[in-house]
Amino acid sequence: MRTWQFFLVSLAIAIAGFLGARYLQNDYLFFAGYVVLQFIVLATAWNILGGYCGYVNFGSAAFFAMGAYSTVVMTKLPAFANRHFPEEIAALVGVPPIPVLIVLGGIVAGLVGLGTGYLTLRLRGVFFAIATLALAVVLQTLVVNWDFVGGSRGAYVIRPATAPLLGINYIEYLFLVMLILVVVALTVARAIERSRLGYGFATIRDDELAAEASGVPTLRLKLVATTLSGAFMGMAGAPFPYYIGFLEPSSAFGLSYAVNAIAMPMIGGTTSWVGPLLGAVLLGTLQQLATVTISSAVSLLIVGLLLVFFVIIAPNGVIGLWQQFFGRKAPDAKPAHDPAVKTS
Amino acid sequence: MSTPLLKVENVGKRFGGFVALDGINLEIAKGERLGLIGPNGSGKSTLVNCMSGTLHNETGTVTFDGKPMNGLLAHQRTHLGLARSFQLPRPFHSLTVAENIRVPLLYTVRLRRDVPHTRQEMDHRCHEVLALVGLEHKAGRPPRDLTQVEMRKLELARAMAAEPKLLIADEAMAGLSESEVKDIVALLIALNERGITIILIEHIMTAVMSFSQRLAVLVGGRKIADGDPQDVIRDPEVERAYLGQ
Repeated sequence: MRTWQFFLVSLAIAIAGFLGARYLQNDYLFFAGYVVLQFIVLATAWNILGGYCGYVNFGSAAFFAMGAYSTVVMTKLPAFANRHFPEEIAALVGVPPIPVLIVLGGIVAGLVGLGTGYLTLRLRGVFFAIATLALAVVLQTLVVNWDFVGGSRGAYVIRPATAPLLGINYIEYLFLVMLILVVVALTVARAIERSRLGYGFATIRDDELAAEASGVPTLRLKLVATTLSGAFMGMAGAPFPYYIGFLEPSSAFGLSYAVNAIAMPMIGGTTSWVGPLLGAVLLGTLQQLATVTISSAVSLLIVGLLLVFFVIIAPNGVIGLWQQFFGRKAPDAKPAHDPAVKTS
Repeated sequence: MSTPLLKVENVGKRFGGFVALDGINLEIAKGERLGLIGPNGSGKSTLVNCMSGTLHNETGTVTFDGKPMNGLLAHQRTHLGLARSFQLPRPFHSLTVAENIRVPLLYTVRLRRDVPHTRQEMDHRCHEVLALVGLEHKAGRPPRDLTQVEMRKLELARAMAAEPKLLIADEAMAGLSESEVKDIVALLIALNERGITIILIEHIMTAVMSFSQRLAVLVGGRKIADGDPQDVIRDPEVERAYLGQ
């Protein structure tokens, strides 16, 4: 399937799913579904750097928070403009619609990703992971001490009752936006996998010296990966203040984002775009169920247990298990993966 | 003599207090087959790494095809036509054998073409290169299914796939049987006849002697001999380095 075909098909599935969910007329479904969708984007974004390039990012929460806080900044701007600028200029400043906020959040987090990539170019393995962890701490400290976005007190973002244009319930609107973002993220991840870029990423994961010797510009590709990965995490975070209503640093930089962003692709399988999708749906749904039936604290326990289980029993995730049971009958039959190469 | 394809001038490299290369001078003419020998730890691989950009030399200059290489990264040198194979095979483990060959096609050969390869061209070229080293029957396998010998062939094939002007084969034959060594030497000579300049770093003397038009000897980070292979191996200094006094 070509990329645009994949995009259209998955978009159709997504919209059908949305209409189906609307038919059930259950707000909780949208509230819970939004979180799962958000984790699909986050896991897919993590996998671009972590799965394809082999660079483990422990700072996903920081990128997510960058997206969320860029939205907070934008919602604070009109009041700021009223106070400090003449009326004519202040009247021009409004809060942009969610899709624009998502793009802005993506740009901010993408730039942070580019910077992170640039500063940590020479770090590999554990050292890269520690550096990203440190980045999260540094950014959280900055946000805590930034009064404009509420500092450690947090910031309220009022969610409108209905969405513009569509006239639907705002939570349904957020769900729909996130659903489209999921489709975009999955399409991009899948396109990367099957492209020249995907081969470049795979060689970085396998052996950077040999990659360089084959002509792969490893530094540049790593920057592409950190930027793309960061941007999608930021995009996942941008609508979050509207969803949660009240954003504080400790929730935006929460441990659960960093852990889930790693655990979901690991559990699903890191070699393909399907892995993060499967992992996020599985883990995200389980966590939502646990939150409702037992307590929200249990949900992280579930992640931990599942992660331990998969690392020991199935290091290649659900996809690996699947291949083990169904795919290994004829080793000569087909290459490991033989995508149509598009050299662009 | 026309301008050399590769010119190594006064190249030096230290690792802490250890002087790995001490003012190496070396020239390789276009189309030449050069053998580079030396005892273990004499700096052969370090020299290869400095030439190919994996390491950066601290003193001196490397000039390739008239262009100074100082400061250029390994992939930029590969793009200019300087390919190398690694002493210990470093295949891309998560790709199949054919896909391993595809990487230099996508990232190096692609840059010299106006249009990208079509899928058929790509497959065809991969199989062509693999056929050269006799690996086409393993095209769809992951590298972990290869034997050590096949890994070395893959290593060489991947370097050849980049269509280099200069190929540096770093101990491509260690551990191979006599007939396989002969195959590889024949292969390298065939490549050379197509116009590719080749530097062979090797311990197996029969291979070096049958391959090289010229022989250079490194000992302790310094070049002690350079010239006609027959003369070089009779050089008393070379004998001393290899056999002791």
